[in-house]
Amino acid sequence: MNLTAVKTPIYMDYHSTTPVDPRVLDAMLPYFKEDFGNAASRSHVFGWRADEAVEKARGQIGDLIGASGKEIVFTSGATESDNLAIKGAAEFYREKGNHLVTLKTEHKAVLDPMTRLERMGFEVTYLSVKKDGLIDLTELEAALTPKTILASVMLANNEIGVIQPLKEIGALCRKKGVLFHSDAVQGIGKIPFDVDDMNVDLASLTAHKIYGPKGVGALYVRRKPRIRLAAQMDGGGHERGMRSGTLNVPLIVGFGKAAEICKAEMESEATRVGALRDRLEDKLMRSLELTEINGSIAHRLPGNLNISFAYVEGEAMMMAIKDVAVSSGSACTSASLEPSYVLRALGVEEELAHSSIRFGLGRFTTQAEVDYVADLVIEKVKKLREMSPLYEMAREGIDLKSIQWAEAH
Amino acid sequence: MAYSDKVIDHYENPRNVGTLDKNDPNVGTGLVGAPACGDVMRLQIRFSDDGVIEDAKFKTFGCGSAIASSSLVTEWVKGKTIEEALVIKNTQVAEELALPPVKIHCSVLAEDAIKAAIADYKRKKGTTAAKTEAAPHAPEKSQPQKSQTV
Repeated sequence: MNLTAVKTPIYMDYHSTTPVDPRVLDAMLPYFKEDFGNAASRSHVFGWRADEAVEKARGQIGDLIGASGKEIVFTSGATESDNLAIKGAAEFYREKGNHLVTLKTEHKAVLDPMTRLERMGFEVTYLSVKKDGLIDLTELEAALTPKTILASVMLANNEIGVIQPLKEIGALCRKKGVLFHSDAVQGIGKIPFDVDDMNVDLASLTAHKIYGPKGVGALYVRRKPRIRLAAQMDGGGHERGMRSGTLNVPLIVGFGKAAEICKAEMESEATRVGALRDRLEDKLMRSLELTEINGSIAHRLPGNLNISFAYVEGEAMMMAIKDVAVSSGSACTSASLEPSYVLRALGVEEELAHSSIRFGLGRFTTQAEVDYVADLVIEKVKKLREMSPLYEMAREGIDLKSIQWAEAH
Repeated sequence: MAYSDKVIDHYENPRNVGTLDKNDPNVGTGLVGAPACGDVMRLQIRFSDDGVIEDAKFKTFGCGSAIASSSLVTEWVKGKTIEEALVIKNTQVAEELALPPVKIHCSVLAEDAIKAAIADYKRKKGTTAAKTEAAPHAPEKSQPQKSQTV
């Protein structure tokens, strides 16, 4: 065991959420106290100050993604942004057609609105991905028809960190006259993302994955050519009529500051976090047999490591390393008792999906933490394998597939 | 989800992890669950010549609750006869470990494992009796198997 003192618990679940950067928090605080005004108040200085702060944040967020601040619509988070983009576009462009395209590995905040649209009479194509989690561009091209309103493909996957080729996807969509939405939540601030370069028409963003506060997100809505959406929240007509509701100024200020920091530090941070991830990966892969990385190695977020330790169940693994916060594709971590649909879409066998652990490294991860976690995981995987009947059978040369297992889950 | 203290205790200090000789005629092996479901439990019990469980070992691929359930039943079956072991119910396991509803299937698996191990033992005894034709009592017929045994 590494002797370097590390403070536990250790957070390695940065895909799930991130701590607020102290610089972000400092920027937010005045807007809870003296500058508490409503940004929609046009008649006094409290309102003007709040409005100024919101406009500054719009600009900071726009800068991060190569957009103008005017194209930023604030929401409560990326789930709302996804809903607004998908349902809003489907409803507004209904006359054009009834078809939408997305990936099987998208986040539920994209898949579930799609399912709802299907119930309302739309048709949705759910594209399979290749074994490494990447989209098949030929299949995408074939799926886009004159009736297709919108294609939605994420920038980077939340489980396996796989980065989709948005530039190529955007070019295809533009060629076919299809709106292109991207849930960019996991990728912004970590890898380059430019709405013009990638021909993205709509992009969902959130603050809490980039060291900003929870409860605030944004939808980028292209102005040239102008993209229209049917509002999903009716009211005072805020946000160019696309999202009514009083703006949450302190959270928006925090979102802006977080975006500004990401833009300034993205390159150095990606290098540092990527090196830590590689260090963790190397240590685990060198010391443990029967271990597989899920998803593309080459096209992956710098802080992501999704790995399956064969014959060790994911939740048991998480319990064994309970001072380390990670997540698992095991069914035991979900109420549904089904293992990760993302890993299943890659063709990962169910038993290996149950054995997967997602490590998410980020801004505040240290090398001492990586070394501590690597040693701990190695020790616990070995221990759990000694307790695993499957590991024993595999070592005896029994083909586990030859056994007729019970069918019910 | 928070685990009960008893689950944590059994998980961190599992009782009777290991392997008994599956070819020993006095050892019954029950293998239940499925890798695809994320739960596989192997329970082995060894009977004395007068039909009392004198040892039990388990290995489990599964979550903490599955490991704790199998560890617990290895403790419970020791010293019991077949009849006594067969009345152990999943509800008792779930209650003892304070399993939440989503983990009840772990206790069901533990009960199935006991039944499967006993069935395997009975089948072995039946086979031995048929071969030697010297068994003092007619062997009970094996119960229908819920799960595969090896």
